[in-house]
Amino acid sequence: MEILVCVRRVPDTSENEIELNSAGNDIERDELVYSINEADNYAVEEALQIVAKIGGNVTVVTVGGEDDEEVLRREMAMGAHHGVLITDEAFSGSDGRGIATILKAFVQQDHYDLILTGVQAEDGGAQIGGMLAALLDYPFASLVNSIEVLEGRKLKISREIEGGNKEWSEIDLPCVLSIQTGINEPRYVGMRGIRQVASVLIPTFSASQLGLDENTVGLSAAKVTRLDYFIPSLGKGAEILHGNRKENIDKVLELVAAKGGLK
Amino acid sequence: MLSVAQWTSWLVTGRSLFLLIHLLGVALFSYIVARRLVPLIRGERDFRFDQPWVRLTRVLKYWLGQWKQPRYRAAGTLHIFIFAGFLVLAIRAFSVLIVGVSQNFVTPGLSGRAGHIYDIITDYAATIVFLCMVIAVVRRLVFKPARYAVPARYGKSHTADAIFLLSLIALLMLADSLFAAAKVAAQASQSQATEALATFPLPWILRDLLVSTPLPTVARIYLGAYLVHELTFYFLLCYRPFGIQFHVETSLFNVYFAKLDREILKPVRWDVSDEHLDQVKSFGVKTFEDFTWKHMLDFYSCADCGRCSDNCPANAVGRPLSPRFITVKARDYSFQHYPVFGRANNGRALVGDIYSADEIWSCTTCGACEEECPLLVEYIDKIVDLRRGMVDEGNVPQSLQKPLKALESRGNPYGKLEKKRAEWANTKDFQQTCPVRILDHPNGTEALYFVDSITSYDDRIQSIGRATAKILSHIGENFGILGTTERDSGHEVRRFGEETLFMALRDHNVEAIKGCGVHRIVTADPHAYNALKHDYKDVPPVEHISEVIARAVEAGKIKFRPVDNATDVYTYHDPCYLGRHNQIYDDPRDVLDAIPGLTRVEMSRSRDRSFCCGGGGLMLFYEPKEDQRMGVKRVQMAAEAGANVIVTACPFCMVNIEDAIKVAGLEGKMTAIDLTELVDRQMARECPNWGEEQVYEIKECVTVSSHILK
Repeated sequence: MEILVCVRRVPDTSENEIELNSAGNDIERDELVYSINEADNYAVEEALQIVAKIGGNVTVVTVGGEDDEEVLRREMAMGAHHGVLITDEAFSGSDGRGIATILKAFVQQDHYDLILTGVQAEDGGAQIGGMLAALLDYPFASLVNSIEVLEGRKLKISREIEGGNKEWSEIDLPCVLSIQTGINEPRYVGMRGIRQVASVLIPTFSASQLGLDENTVGLSAAKVTRLDYFIPSLGKGAEILHGNRKENIDKVLELVAAKGGLK
Repeated sequence: MLSVAQWTSWLVTGRSLFLLIHLLGVALFSYIVARRLVPLIRGERDFRFDQPWVRLTRVLKYWLGQWKQPRYRAAGTLHIFIFAGFLVLAIRAFSVLIVGVSQNFVTPGLSGRAGHIYDIITDYAATIVFLCMVIAVVRRLVFKPARYAVPARYGKSHTADAIFLLSLIALLMLADSLFAAAKVAAQASQSQATEALATFPLPWILRDLLVSTPLPTVARIYLGAYLVHELTFYFLLCYRPFGIQFHVETSLFNVYFAKLDREILKPVRWDVSDEHLDQVKSFGVKTFEDFTWKHMLDFYSCADCGRCSDNCPANAVGRPLSPRFITVKARDYSFQHYPVFGRANNGRALVGDIYSADEIWSCTTCGACEEECPLLVEYIDKIVDLRRGMVDEGNVPQSLQKPLKALESRGNPYGKLEKKRAEWANTKDFQQTCPVRILDHPNGTEALYFVDSITSYDDRIQSIGRATAKILSHIGENFGILGTTERDSGHEVRRFGEETLFMALRDHNVEAIKGCGVHRIVTADPHAYNALKHDYKDVPPVEHISEVIARAVEAGKIKFRPVDNATDVYTYHDPCYLGRHNQIYDDPRDVLDAIPGLTRVEMSRSRDRSFCCGGGGLMLFYEPKEDQRMGVKRVQMAAEAGANVIVTACPFCMVNIEDAIKVAGLEGKMTAIDLTELVDRQMARECPNWGEEQVYEIKECVTVSSHILK
């Protein structure tokens, strides 16, 4: 099975202290460390497990710049067979539909049985999978937390529903699935693995190579644009503690006790 | 004169019969041993051929001297007797065997008087070994020491096999004694000059039973005893390589080739330098053949005494790890896949087959098992090698992946910002009293305080960092820290099998340390201490803060004021990487004992038998399957010793023990304090030598200012 996994490089939420910049229109990016979007990592692991079972190839693709190559290499160290970087200045400022348009053009260059995305990017809005499927006119299922390959180009998939139960569905190939974290246990990628793929050439595609009309992507085509970031204003009854941890804990205990929460 | 060699029956002479048995026995034994060597030849290289004199002295100490045996009083004493008996009997066994072929054979050097004395000694030896076998069987059957039990998940009990072998040795001793007794009895009944027998041992007792027996019967008994001796001897010889008794043959080699520098972790490959490691196709142990030949010899040499697991903290708290069965399972695997008869079949991954991933991650590398093993079997290197294999395959628990990734990108397992690494030293009140210099270029600073990640970032543990800095400046040490350029020492990174990441961290730190031109390194973290001392190369000499404090106390640079609460009872918990791995046991104790009014007790498990608190570094992130926390057990041991203050000298011990005090429900009754915190608290901070006038001026000044403030 030929599987394409769309991945994205995002600021690692567990290793950064996310703060707004002084202008308030973006986060402070000076000292950020980035990593693969967590859900995408699960998607790659799932693709690798499917291929290990029934054969095939896993390709990881990302839309971005040179820096984003890092996550492609990490996923290749994990076992992905190919990595592709789609990069063009014309792409900057693309909204969700713009990115989906770019990916659609890439998908149509080749043949893929299954396209996976993470359920959402940590700095995104869970848009790409659905839009990409619609643009390709493929079936789409979101929040997938298990995949079983059936006979006759079909998959049996599930998603979690209320109360921890599973809903099972069948879906025809080719299709697009957005993968929920927890579907598997992604394997570890060590420094050694990354070094071993450090010199593998990663092919790049530009807008013209994909035959994309520059008016359908990038800032000019974006119909959703980010206005601002803001810190929620202090609501009624809210109080923010500004001490060190010990002081804060004492204060919290005091407050809770004062309201009768501790006896 | 009785003779087994000259005995004839049905055209078969004793000589030819026994010659045949000898040849068959020796040939079979040689064949079996040769087959047992096959996996060793296929195993990885291991460099164990250096320093023959040092190795020989270790053979004298641990093998001939049975150095570790008395750590278990009863079993150890028993073993020393058996071992000594075997050594004494070895020559006799061979001379008895040769007698079957040549009646008048006398071992060179043992004719006449010397031979007679030797005979008396061996009579006693055989009897002692026989009695030891009886005691050992009774121990196994009646007293059943807990450490011999085989938990259901590890298979069937080993008792039957043990008793079978013990009985065979007893039979051998009995046959040997009967053979000697019959000879003397026959001499007596033929009124020949009899060889005097030693009083009381088995031959002496048996002779009395045989004296009144008719000579032909004695002759048959003589022959029968010989035959039994012969067959038992060769059966044991050829059976031993199939089980735990193989250590009789392998122990000498195992001790000779044992690791000399136990603190130094095995490199990924003995024959590949760090620079060329990238070219190595596979890291660590994945299949049985990835073990080194010496590690395989360890498997053969284990005597199944259970002391390793008896001391293993992971085993004690119900984690799925028992060092004894790491060995037993590998030996069984080896016997199964490298059979004595038939073709070798191999190549399957060990983890997922005989070992579970959790089993291998459960080890804290505390070293209690290795400290105890009488045969010097190595465990930490094998565990680390198995982990290297798992890391290489991507088989790492999710709980460890995040901290490893953070170590890669941020240089600490918490994912905290590099720029905040020195913030522990920037708190306002501390900075005013004890400014800490950041070393970013050579500026004549003498010593580097290597802080490491947990002390840099953990809110609670930062106090150990501040205490250390205060002590260092109190004793006038010219020191500084690396600050934001410091990275995690990588100690646990390496022990968790991530060698490449470790090398990156190490190289970064080595460069930073060299760049600041210091002459010494001090750390308060035994894990960092161990890494800098043994895992790093080309860095200045490193000391643990307890060594520095002990020296300062001795030199009178640190004076203590008496403890405030004289009713407190203190106990010192030996951190594994300070104690067992680096033999620093006395310095921290000396410091405690120098504090006036401090009452100190020892826990039953202390010094080289200290019980791991739960492990440091990445082990804090790992979520083991266990019935109980190691720390809780440790805190209970402190309570049993009558202590209510646990002093330790390691930040990870502090985290584990403080947590354990809460979990054990001992909050308010038990406290933990780091050695540095205690020293900082008790240090007498004398004023400089001010004259009376200056003191008066200051007093005046204070009075005036307090008036103004009012």
